[in-house]
Amino acid sequence: MSDHNYTPETKIGKWFNDRLPLLTLANHLTDYPTPKNLNYWWTFGGILTFCLITQIVTGLTLAMHYIAHADMAFESVEHIMRDVNYGWLIRYIHANGASMFFLAVYIHIFRSLFYGSYKSPREIIWIIGIIIYLLMMAAAFMGYVLPWGQMSFWGATVITNLFSAIPLVGEGIVTWLWGGYSVDNPTLTRFFTLHYLIPFLILGLVVLHIWALHVPGNNNPVGIDIKKPSKDTVPFHPYIVIKDGFALLMFMIVFAFFVFYTPNILGHADNYIEADPLVTPAHIVPEWYLLPFYAILRSVPDKLLGVVAMLSAILILAALPWLDTSKIRSAVFRPLYRQFYWILVADVLILGYVGAMPAEGLYLLIARVATAYYFLHFLVILPFLGFREKTIPLPLSITDPVLGGSPNFATAKNKEESVIK
Amino acid sequence: MAEKKTKRRDFLFTATYAVGAVGVGAVVWPMIDQMNPDASVKALASTEVDVSSMDPGKTITVLWRGKPVFIRRRTQEEIAEAKSVKMDELKDPEKDEERAKNPEWLVMLGVCTHLGCVPLDQKGDYNGWFCPCHGSHYDISGRIRKGPAPTNMEVPKYEFVNANTIKIG
Repeated sequence: MSDHNYTPETKIGKWFNDRLPLLTLANHLTDYPTPKNLNYWWTFGGILTFCLITQIVTGLTLAMHYIAHADMAFESVEHIMRDVNYGWLIRYIHANGASMFFLAVYIHIFRSLFYGSYKSPREIIWIIGIIIYLLMMAAAFMGYVLPWGQMSFWGATVITNLFSAIPLVGEGIVTWLWGGYSVDNPTLTRFFTLHYLIPFLILGLVVLHIWALHVPGNNNPVGIDIKKPSKDTVPFHPYIVIKDGFALLMFMIVFAFFVFYTPNILGHADNYIEADPLVTPAHIVPEWYLLPFYAILRSVPDKLLGVVAMLSAILILAALPWLDTSKIRSAVFRPLYRQFYWILVADVLILGYVGAMPAEGLYLLIARVATAYYFLHFLVILPFLGFREKTIPLPLSITDPVLGGSPNFATAKNKEESVIK
Repeated sequence: MAEKKTKRRDFLFTATYAVGAVGVGAVVWPMIDQMNPDASVKALASTEVDVSSMDPGKTITVLWRGKPVFIRRRTQEEIAEAKSVKMDELKDPEKDEERAKNPEWLVMLGVCTHLGCVPLDQKGDYNGWFCPCHGSHYDISGRIRKGPAPTNMEVPKYEFVNANTIKIG
């Protein structure tokens, strides 16, 4: 890599760079060698950065008009919607932005699952990503509480009550979280504070996430280690910048569709009713992006075990680099894993669906089966598959299957070997 | 460094860490404790409710410490039903007599012990309460019978100030 011996061309640039090597950093970021076969599933890192910045900017402007007080919060949100110039736009971008953020992060996570991006030497990138994901859920949950509608209030009540499942100290922790004996004004003000803080924590972790990424470099659809820089790489700028930019544009069309045409479809109508501590809405559901975990929580008939199962479902992801015993990264070369991957995708979608349905009868049964399969996938299938699966031979390089002139990797490899001999 | 003897410097390190830890703890605790219920929240400790206009078979809901409290004047059939339940049928065994000192009046926190929703009155498989959030069924004594809630609905501290007034808290 060229970063270490980079010298700015201008005299002032050199003077500055000797004192603070920002230009070296900029040079590293533009020249950063990237695998040339990255497909569009790799553009979601950039899209997610865009989402984070969007949430911070719109959040900042909303905070100029929002009042974090139990008596005024609901009204101040309506004030933003009706009176503040472009308040409706900023709020709809912020509210739908949260959904877009999760849409992008789920694609990003499932891309990692398909191409084995979490495997050695990228475990730390993956774990930082999981921490970011957890913080995103915390931020989204607390953000949903701020409008102080019925779903805000009862969502906050249900989620904070999860902590009461902890033996002995649970009740004390819940009272501490609430700052009272129920969700009330002290809860709202602290949630607002934390909701404001978390995006900046995420921003810091994103820097670490990218830093850790730039040590081994990007994984790629073939999933093999490549030499950098080489025939297999292209510089980040302009190649990846343009590709990311185009994908971002497509993503923004979807984003704009929700903001301008169906701004409330992802929300819940009950949240336009002001919080009432005496009446629980008939059917409490979290936002769509939390539904799979909500389904897991409800599928366990015991309170403590339900909470444990739900948390494990998220935390198990952090152990994934060690649960997946296969040395082959990309599912392209793992015929069995590829099938289990799609079953897992279906399983999570089913969990999401039953999470939105009442927890009774057939739905409950489906939720239980799907929950069991979720854990089976990570705890049994993945560890076993690494030993039993017969994988397809890997190409020697990214260019190899292309320049080898054959779509069949095995043929290309044989050809390569004969050339070497 | 074959010989390991406690030196003056080791002692100084240990002592410094110990004092430092105490100092950090002394600063951290106020930061944590400030989140606990404050004096004004604790001051709202009790609520008095006039129940003179309640007929048997009626439930009212009042707010106490930000939480709903159910007050039900039970009918004779309901009292008989509540008393007839065998202890081994219950997930959280508690006699009706222990929950309602005056059997006609059931006073309890209207908070599902699962995740804190407000159960609905006169619903569910046991003609008591039913929590719509995650499907817990309570009987006419507010005891958990079916569903994910671990314990019976809590009975707060309360007393009859006079024949018509209940003081909760």
